[in-house]
Amino acid sequence: MHELTTTRNNYQIDPVLTVWGWEIPVYLFLGGMVAGMMIISGYFLFKGRQKEPTCSCFYVPWVSLILLSLGMFSLFLDLSHKVYVWRLYTTFKIASPMSWGAWILILVYPVIIANIFIRLPKFVTDKFPGLEKYSKMLTDRPRLIQNIGVANMILGALLGMYTGVLLSSLGARPLWNTSILWLLFLVSGLSGAAAFVHMVAKNIYERELLAKADNGFLTFEIFVIGLMFIGLATSTEVHQEAAQMLLSGSFAPVFWVFVVGIGIIIPLIIQLFAVNHKIQHTPVAPIMVIAGGLILRFVIVNAGQVSHYLNAHF
Amino acid sequence: MARFAMVIDTKKCVGCMDCVVACKTENNVPEGYNRDWITQEAFGNFPNIQLEIRSERCNHCENSPCVSSCPTGASHYHDIGGVVLVNHDECIGCKACVASCPYDARFIHPDGYADKCTFCIHRVEKGDKPACVSVCPTNCMYFGDLEDPNSDVSKLLKSRKWHTLHPEAGTNPHVFYLT
Ligand code: SF4
Ligand code: SF4
Repeated sequence: MHELTTTRNNYQIDPVLTVWGWEIPVYLFLGGMVAGMMIISGYFLFKGRQKEPTCSCFYVPWVSLILLSLGMFSLFLDLSHKVYVWRLYTTFKIASPMSWGAWILILVYPVIIANIFIRLPKFVTDKFPGLEKYSKMLTDRPRLIQNIGVANMILGALLGMYTGVLLSSLGARPLWNTSILWLLFLVSGLSGAAAFVHMVAKNIYERELLAKADNGFLTFEIFVIGLMFIGLATSTEVHQEAAQMLLSGSFAPVFWVFVVGIGIIIPLIIQLFAVNHKIQHTPVAPIMVIAGGLILRFVIVNAGQVSHYLNAHF
Repeated sequence: MARFAMVIDTKKCVGCMDCVVACKTENNVPEGYNRDWITQEAFGNFPNIQLEIRSERCNHCENSPCVSSCPTGASHYHDIGGVVLVNHDECIGCKACVASCPYDARFIHPDGYADKCTFCIHRVEKGDKPACVSVCPTNCMYFGDLEDPNSDVSKLLKSRKWHTLHPEAGTNPHVFYLT
């Protein structure tokens, strides 16, 4: 026998960690979506698609800006000592991914705004006519626009990776402590963003392209999930236990039904038919992909908190 | 440079929880929270069963993930004795440290900041012992400087068998359990 009993019963710590509620999964999901959108919009700018009047690179950054702000607000809501939030920006802690993230978020804003400036919508130029000259300055310089595209892609990739690294650096939680989490969150962010742009794109070429790209991302995501399980299953006992929670334990139904089934496999099948022109493009598959991405973050954050290091007290 | 550590003799500890009560009183630990607690570990096969009773708390790790994960520097190593402390007015309550501690030694104080055992540094700086050590009726707890070869803690670690909690976590804990 091997039994541990403890008198500790700290709020949100025992019997399992529940310090992170809905705010962190929502923040990670929105961060991932923004990352994906920055990469997609940046790619279109890099390819010079801003010459196309219906290019999604004109409105996607607006969505990114809104989602990013909502994500940061969600993170802010999670903080339990809110009046000191400014402390994040009085220091940079190289070993803390949370600190990296705070600074990446600050760098992401100007890059998205630079993208927005390439073509300002009428309601903005009507209100602030002076801004138009900056917009013209950019449209006259295609190389600069390309560079803005590259900056969007790089910072988008960093943001997407960071959402995974944030969790995987917390080594005390075996489920998160897998070096592939950054890739899972990045590719999930990309597939969610591709699904969103596919759903709203006015340009038929872009819609087709993103549906195809999304199929690629979803297929790759299945592959990454497989790798994650192989990594956990071949690691220590606690990592194997963590994998079990998703494979057959209490988180398995929601993981397999909502994340893998409804979030990846079914939309992948629907979109394969759509890109082969067997059926029409509808918002059904993209909505499933986006919902699956959100549920993935919830499952990983919650199950990760439950997964425990070496049964330290049970 | 001092390096403070705690040594707890599991052969003497009876799990009376005096240390728990002393800590709560000394540090005004709010209701529903504990900075230290008692763990009983039973292992073996009948009839060869062993029981280890331990008074547990933050291990004031030398390589503490709570310090490295903190984005603001609120969690830090104190200049004296390498004690791991939290500056309340630098803590934003992000809980990264709480999630990163393999021992679940931290919690979020109802006032919003991360909280845990301080080795009673306010007493130690005055030359007193931590509250838990000073009240233990079986005298099973020792506190002192590992850098001083003549301290109780150094001598006990040299003369007795001991273990730390989950050394495989790589945190280099500084609470030692004599067995
Ligand atoms: S026991 Fe936990 S809270 Fe204490 S120093 Fe180690 S990692 Fe940090
Ligand atoms: S909760 Fe406070 S002490 Fe802990 S990591 Fe966040 S800022 Fe640092």
